Amino acid sequence: MSKGVTSKRTGVFAPAVSTTAGPVLEISGLTVSVRGEDGERPVVSDLSFSLARGETLCIAGESGSGKSMTALAIMQLLPQPAARIDSGTIRLRARDRGDMDRSDIDLALLDERRMRHIRGDRIAMIFQEPMTSLNPVLSIGRQLIESIEAHTGLSRAEARRRAIEALKAVRIPEAESRLKQYPHELSGGMRQRVMIAMALALKPDVLIADEPTTALDVTVQGEVLELLRDLQREHGTSVILITHDMGVVAEMADRVIIMRHGRMIEEGTAADIFARPQADYTRELLAAVPRIGTGVGRRKSVESEMRGSVAVVNDLHVRFDLHGGFFGRVNRRVHAVEGVSFSIAPHETLALVGESGCGKSTTAKALAGLVPYHGDIVIGGRNLAGLGRDERKAVRRDVQMIFQDPYASLDPRMRVGDLVAEPLLIHGIASKEERGQLVAALFERVGLSADQMELYPHEFSGGQRQRICIARALALRPKLIIADESVSALDVSVQARVLDLLKELQREFGVAYLFISHDMAVVENISDRVAVMYLGQIVEMGTRDQVFSNPRHPYTRRLIEAVPVPDPARRRPRFARLDQEIPSPTRKIGEDPPKLALKDLGNGHLVAVS
Amino acid sequence: MIAYLGRRVIQSVLILLGVSLITFALLYLLPADPVRQIAGRSATPETVENIRRQLGLDQPFAIQYWHYLTSLLSGDLGRSYIQRSEVTELIVSRLPASLLLMVGAILCELTIGLTMGLLAAVRRGTATDQTLMVASFVGVSAPQFVVGLLLLYVFAVRLGWFPIGGYGTWRHLVLPSLTMGILGAGWYARMMRSSMIDVLRQDYMRTARAKGLARGAIIFRHALPNAILPVVAMIGIDIGIFMGGIVVVESVFGWPGIGQLAWQAIQRVDIPIIMGVTLVSAFAIVLGNLLADTVAPFIDPRIKLR
Repeated sequence: MSKGVTSKRTGVFAPAVSTTAGPVLEISGLTVSVRGEDGERPVVSDLSFSLARGETLCIAGESGSGKSMTALAIMQLLPQPAARIDSGTIRLRARDRGDMDRSDIDLALLDERRMRHIRGDRIAMIFQEPMTSLNPVLSIGRQLIESIEAHTGLSRAEARRRAIEALKAVRIPEAESRLKQYPHELSGGMRQRVMIAMALALKPDVLIADEPTTALDVTVQGEVLELLRDLQREHGTSVILITHDMGVVAEMADRVIIMRHGRMIEEGTAADIFARPQADYTRELLAAVPRIGTGVGRRKSVESEMRGSVAVVNDLHVRFDLHGGFFGRVNRRVHAVEGVSFSIAPHETLALVGESGCGKSTTAKALAGLVPYHGDIVIGGRNLAGLGRDERKAVRRDVQMIFQDPYASLDPRMRVGDLVAEPLLIHGIASKEERGQLVAALFERVGLSADQMELYPHEFSGGQRQRICIARALALRPKLIIADESVSALDVSVQARVLDLLKELQREFGVAYLFISHDMAVVENISDRVAVMYLGQIVEMGTRDQVFSNPRHPYTRRLIEAVPVPDPARRRPRFARLDQEIPSPTRKIGEDPPKLALKDLGNGHLVAVS
Repeated sequence: MIAYLGRRVIQSVLILLGVSLITFALLYLLPADPVRQIAGRSATPETVENIRRQLGLDQPFAIQYWHYLTSLLSGDLGRSYIQRSEVTELIVSRLPASLLLMVGAILCELTIGLTMGLLAAVRRGTATDQTLMVASFVGVSAPQFVVGLLLLYVFAVRLGWFPIGGYGTWRHLVLPSLTMGILGAGWYARMMRSSMIDVLRQDYMRTARAKGLARGAIIFRHALPNAILPVVAMIGIDIGIFMGGIVVVESVFGWPGIGQLAWQAIQRVDIPIIMGVTLVSAFAIVLGNLLADTVAPFIDPRIKLR
């Protein structure tokens, strides 16, 4: 197999004439293939682009577009032995300082030993999952210092000083004492900062950031993106930012590459791509992006108001006891949900929004009967607290759930038809043949075909699986469906179609949704009413227009402001940094959190007053 | 930490009490009559009854157990029926040999097992990996007396590198430790391999490579401490398996440890010795587990003892 245009196995080009201007990284004709069960399959095909000094290049695309593979190919970190570079060159321009690296290098030809000197020193990378990207058994300091020591001849003490500097640069307070801490003692945002500090400590020429903020809460995302931008400006680092989020692209990019199925679809400046997209796919992609302020006003049917509520939650508390001390008695408590009240009418979508740990999923679990709770949950006019086991089961039929991860929420050993039929079986509804017909009808209704019933979950894509989950939830004709981050794991184009399906089903069956999400744009798109949760309590609740057009609680405002706007012409002013992290909902016994009182600002717009 | 240890110690004492009760009950229900063993075949019924009364074996179960327990608390494990000496003395005199064998065996199985597992994981899917896994499978499935006799035949009888049996120098220790260690090495190799493969897949391993660290640092600093954790927990449990193995291996090699003592006692229904060895073994297992759990937080800072 030929390996690119240079025939020299050394991978070293002739010394460059000028190194100050021009691209720092030049990729041409890059093809990467992965060997799978069905033979070799290209995941990146004939990709060429260059990266200028100090530039931010965004590679955007949906899952399977080959954007991450491109990044891993540059770093020579492709999963071994399945993936490899078939052809193409990855040319890293020589540094103009220093004696060592005066010539350009083709990374595609470099052996592991020499590549090691490039990684971390010349090209650094940060990854999507800050929670798992740091080694749990080594202290932050150790991990920072070792990467400095790996590429410099600095003494331990000097490396330590550099590490502290790097932590200060990413605005981590009390940098010196952080060195002793372990990753699990830091929040996700803090960990991602440590990753950035580690990547930038040696002032690399190129920083590759693969979905660096995707796993973070939206307010933390804002801070991390801004940090990246500031550091880039200070150091003049070139950045390749890989993301699926067009909002992040608009916020960060100088230039954009849109990828699909391993190929470059379009390349251009950020302004051009957003204002004048040339390729159809780019247009589709941009059209599918949910944007705040575009949610079509949904007419709420009058009859729904008349018919009362599907579900009423009153003063709901969920607390988890933590044991400690000599006898292992309860000494602390997680106050996951603290006095939440709301009601949902038929045909209505109530969105529960907030950041991780705010209690939104726990509220949903309590409603679905998956966690013990205190307070009242009334479904279809019957209070669950007073019912026996069988009656509760019958009432629960009216509440079904769709989960976040369509890959994990379907049993891989069951046929999808049986998975959808299972709720019917559990509740003893219909004969075997009738069940088959019902399931077939459900498959058709959610946009799948009845002959797919015999297949297994792994034979479907993420979007199709989520449709299967929706069909399963619909099987019992519930009055309320709880959708817990049900579209968060999907690509935007798929997400848009699933959201449309959910709306159609609501019109058709009159089902109410409790829609739980961290994504404000999606929430604006689908909800009638919105409740914002913070530390287990609702801080603001009202119709969608009330909350989005006239947010009154500072936390709501912050959430909305933090969403990156998918329009480079409307880049946000500097994002207000939060000095402290969200406090913990864990408290000592007897120290209950202060209860927020909600005040009605008129027309049911409730806001917490402190 | 101190609260945790206190609680664990109380639990351990309760476990030991339970073990003593169950063993005592089982031996009480045993159809073999120890008195007949002591008195011999020609003894008259009066002699037998006399001995029975002397040993207190005519008392009801609860009283016998109570007597045993109260003397146990003062460190007295009773007198051997046959050997006419204190069980405590017998065990104390033989314990060092067994402990030595145990240390030797643990060293053997950890060095062999962990090296094999590590190598197999790093070379996953290659011929090296497959060979090592076949070897570990053989190690796990071969009965200890077969391994022991085989090693004896090859290294002692044929090659004459090590003595055939006995106790005294480090040469005496090699073959018994190896025999005991080979079984454990097989287990550890398999466990280490799967644990290591799991760790090598983690995101932080990719981070370590992306930092440009050398291969040695990646494997020994980043992967090993994460992979070894389940193995450490296993060592605690392992001591139980050892106690079973010790009976066989000490007999094969004529090793003067508590395994041999137990074997002789079982043959002659020497109840105080059986009880004593069982309790000492149980104590070792409980202690081993406690140690393994106490060491864990030093390897993984996420583990808090409370």
